[in-house]
Amino acid sequence: MTRLDLNTVLGWITPGSRVLDLGCGDGAFLARLRDERDTSGVGVDIDPDNLITSVSKGLDVIQEDINDGLHCFSTNGFDVVVLAHALQELTHPHIALQRMVDIGNEAVVSFPNFGHWLCRLHLGLKGRMPMSRAMPRQWYDTPNIHFCTVKDFESLCSELDIDIIERATIAGPAQRLLGRWLPNLFASSAIYRIRRAGT
Amino acid sequence: MSETIPAGSVGVVTPQIAKCDTPFAFANGIALSSHELVYETYGELNSTGDNAVLICHALSGSHHAAGFHAGDDRRPGWWDLAIGPGKPIDTERLFVVCSNNLGCCDGSSGPNTINPDTGKPWGGQFPQPQVQDWVRSQKWLAEHLGISRWAAVMGGSLGGMQALQWAIDFPEWVEHCVALAAAPGLTAQNIAFNEIARHAILSDPDWHGGDYLAAGALPTRGVALARMVGHLTYMSADGMSDRFGRELRENSFAPDDNAERVFQVESYLRHQGSRFSTQFDANTYVLMTRALDLFDLAGEHGGDLTAALSNAQANFLVASFSSDWRFPPQRSVEIRDALMAAGKSVTYANIETDNGHDGFLLPNSHYEQLLSEWMRRVGPS
Repeated sequence: MTRLDLNTVLGWITPGSRVLDLGCGDGAFLARLRDERDTSGVGVDIDPDNLITSVSKGLDVIQEDINDGLHCFSTNGFDVVVLAHALQELTHPHIALQRMVDIGNEAVVSFPNFGHWLCRLHLGLKGRMPMSRAMPRQWYDTPNIHFCTVKDFESLCSELDIDIIERATIAGPAQRLLGRWLPNLFASSAIYRIRRAGT
Repeated sequence: MSETIPAGSVGVVTPQIAKCDTPFAFANGIALSSHELVYETYGELNSTGDNAVLICHALSGSHHAAGFHAGDDRRPGWWDLAIGPGKPIDTERLFVVCSNNLGCCDGSSGPNTINPDTGKPWGGQFPQPQVQDWVRSQKWLAEHLGISRWAAVMGGSLGGMQALQWAIDFPEWVEHCVALAAAPGLTAQNIAFNEIARHAILSDPDWHGGDYLAAGALPTRGVALARMVGHLTYMSADGMSDRFGRELRENSFAPDDNAERVFQVESYLRHQGSRFSTQFDANTYVLMTRALDLFDLAGEHGGDLTAALSNAQANFLVASFSSDWRFPPQRSVEIRDALMAAGKSVTYANIETDNGHDGFLLPNSHYEQLLSEWMRRVGPS
């Protein structure tokens, strides 16, 4: 997660919450949450080096593949479940989302917006799969296997009976306002705060 | 002598003996009027008493976890990899205790020691210990040493199970708990392997109903076979292929004669079996394997592991080893999931290795780094 994403999410977390961070990487975000929001948390990551770095920050980490390891967390076990910029890497994003809002009272999800005008330009004019600084890999070796747009994500939420509590968008400096006004076109990534409908 | 002690070693250590003159009753109701525990310590207990770490040994382990008994010892203690100055269990910071379990054969009261009531070796008459008995006996030792709480209780395999039992039986005593390559209980396959080992020992003509010492004999063939079977379950198929392949022992292949052709793996197993058969007591092997079979973490809670662990107060580190088929990663995952369901603080890792069940004893950079980093939270900061 970029610094900007992090600041947004930080503002959404109630102090003292119990947080589950899926794909916690080196644990920097969880450690910052703990230090600034007094949260207790658990990280999940499959990479052994990430695991060790997170443990060195004093965090609790579970080495597990988030594609098939979410069943081990109890329903309502956490206040917030975070999935930062990993939705597009999951085998079954819709199953993971459903599980996340069951495990947590709330979930926070961020992803790169494939509807961004530069992506459209890349595909529309060049006729090639978009690549950028944020998405530097070729289509055949990228871990990103399930790209979606802001509109796609919101329509999936409605299909899954998931309420969107809040949305924040990340856009380049010149498009910050446009990103808020026309997120599907101008947001380079989007962050959502969601929960199970009717809760 | 100092030239022979490697850096990072606790150096030469001397086992100590604690004599308990009050009766000790086993879970099965049988009591010892008095008993002895042999143990080693490394590092210093601090004035606040909050840096004591208890190491629990596995099936064939002992109190000799680190360092050397003499400067010219060839092999250090069984967990020298992890214990020492600057090592994961850092003896510059922590006071480490490791005791030989009751019923073992390395100095604590057991089948090869003298039964004070008869003046003869206990032999087959020594009571069957269970893991919870060892926990209670170690609690006595802790109090004897002036310790009132463990900063951590840790171990691998049977030792890891014992550490978990500690966290359940005396929750206020255990601040951190480390269970490596452990399981919440044995499977039918695990028990079957133990039964083969026991059968080998009990059918040795030198067994004498367990009273071989009185008969001046040793069931070495049975113990060797038991060890060969056991040892096989500690290694992975890939690890064995890498190490031995189909190599023949040197000089064992002469094309023109009918001499026995010995594969390296045969030679290795025979060596392991024969070395063990003169060093390890047969009755102890029978008692230890039975204690393992009887171990059931969730037993007192009708099989509900989450309920069993719910009173624990410790923070847990659970680790498995990817190629371990004796207590496979799935068994550690059962422990991990029950701990999480019980709302406990837990870190879990599955270490990628070809070392099989023995993974917790052998060098592996991810394993050692993980243990090192996790142990920083143990003891005074």
